[in-house]
Amino acid sequence: MSERSGIEAEGLVREFKGGIRAVDGIDLHVAPGEIYGFLGPNGAGKSTTVLMLTTLLPPTAGRATVGGFDVARQGGQVRRRIGAALQEAALDNFLTGREHMELQGGLHGLTAAERSERGGVLLERVGLTEAADRKVGGYSGGMKRRLDLALALIHRPAILFLDEPTTGLDPQSRSALWSEVARLAREDGVTVFLTTQYLEEADVLADRVGIIDRGQIVAEGTPAALKAEMGQATVEAEPADPDDVERTRSVLARFGEPAAAAKGCGVQLRGGPDQLAEIVRALDGEGIRIANLQLHAPSLDDVFLAKTGRSLEGAASEDEDAEPVPV
Amino acid sequence: MSGLAAQVGWVARRSIRRSLRQPAIVMPAIVFPLVLLAVNSGGLEAATKLPGFPTTSYLDFAIAVCFLQGALFATTTSGTELAHDIETGFLSRLSLTPLRPVAVLVGQVAGAVTIGVIGSTLYLVVGLIAGVRIEAGPGGVVVLAALILLICVGFAGIGAFMGLRTGSGEAVQGVFPLMFVLFFLSSINLPRDLIEVDWFRTIATWNPISYLVEALRSLIITGWDGTALWRGFAVAAAFVVIGFAAARSALLARMERT
Repeated sequence: MSERSGIEAEGLVREFKGGIRAVDGIDLHVAPGEIYGFLGPNGAGKSTTVLMLTTLLPPTAGRATVGGFDVARQGGQVRRRIGAALQEAALDNFLTGREHMELQGGLHGLTAAERSERGGVLLERVGLTEAADRKVGGYSGGMKRRLDLALALIHRPAILFLDEPTTGLDPQSRSALWSEVARLAREDGVTVFLTTQYLEEADVLADRVGIIDRGQIVAEGTPAALKAEMGQATVEAEPADPDDVERTRSVLARFGEPAAAAKGCGVQLRGGPDQLAEIVRALDGEGIRIANLQLHAPSLDDVFLAKTGRSLEGAASEDEDAEPVPV
Repeated sequence: MSGLAAQVGWVARRSIRRSLRQPAIVMPAIVFPLVLLAVNSGGLEAATKLPGFPTTSYLDFAIAVCFLQGALFATTTSGTELAHDIETGFLSRLSLTPLRPVAVLVGQVAGAVTIGVIGSTLYLVVGLIAGVRIEAGPGGVVVLAALILLICVGFAGIGAFMGLRTGSGEAVQGVFPLMFVLFFLSSINLPRDLIEVDWFRTIATWNPISYLVEALRSLIITGWDGTALWRGFAVAAAFVVIGFAAARSALLARMERT
């Protein structure tokens, strides 16, 4: 994979009519072959950023290069290097899956032999070989998303943009799509820029995560590093006998600093989540019967909460449909 | 150029497939003009008794209207299909390929025109079977086909502009009745010199549709009428130029890629 397959942005801005700044001066550095998760609630500016990076929307200010080419001045070169599955799987319900592959391949200038070979391989990879000759109107949401992904890959792009690729999918389809995206990055070296509002998706899939809120990146790093910033995991223990609370507290104190707990008592683990087994053994050794034991590891939602003062889920409903859609 | 031609081919092929796979839309649009032709040629036959009426067969007089209705179908097809592509995001998908904007326009119009021409061919065949006689002979059929094609292209260009400008299939469909009013305020039902109401005759004289229908009709009824033909071709060409210029401008605004 060429080194010229990364994404860079400096002070990228997109302002809409009425002075609404959907994207407000973001900086990005996505290395070749990396999966970058762009996490944020609805209306945070994720899709607008993708539209700018894929050349479909000119930036108002700032600059960005994709695959080494400027998105504002070298749109043609950028488009030749990227594949994109935008927020809506824009498919033609009256064409079959195979006809979509033919059309997309044809427009990218592939020969008949290339279209047939590449189309067949991709349809098989996304599990649509059997459905390839059915009209897309009869496909499920998951099938449409998988076809969308296959279409984005027909011309072997070095960089792949996926805008909320698993929104509305059932867990099985979501998992299958995650596997394929991970395989693309690990085996084919494709750079993946993935937007999502799902914490789990960013956590599981992304090498690095950028958290965007109200058009600005509020945190960036590997999921592990971002969570580590939030401190160590905590354990909450609730003894079966309320009289054992103090004894439980003293056992937990061996493993770290006391932490708040809704019921029973808690501890912030000095040595991380691996200490959970030791805690269970220690409590058992003291003869304390436990009604409830919970490990609470910091999540990306905790990071979002710390950076914005809101939880991601709350922000999602608060900012619903806030992102202006270019017309 | 071959790249552009290939792109036009891909878009046109998709457009034709889409249209032909929606019989609920295609069939009424093709059948309706034939039904109107049957009703008018039967019910208005007496109009041929008017002094100065150019033919003794109202069928010969009325069949030109079918061709215009076929072209009108091309207008709504190209407009609603482009609007649909905007609404569903398919145009964005196309914008992410090396596709040139002009190929979207020409391809989409080519698809709509193909359907319009298929309909017009059907009208002509049905008309000939029903007894229509083309006064201008076989050469006249060729010129008739060329004019129908040009009208379809022009109307489809106007439809494409409406679809691209509004981005709404419903808005394009909403213009359809207005186009129909424009049709009926022309000389499609009666020659202009037989329209006795002054305001109607004035509107029909200023209405470009009159010159299209009169050019088509001249080949069927009169034979070779140079004046009617140049006027008809000029109006059709004006529709093409205006329609495509407006549609191209609207398309470039829609495909605002860098």
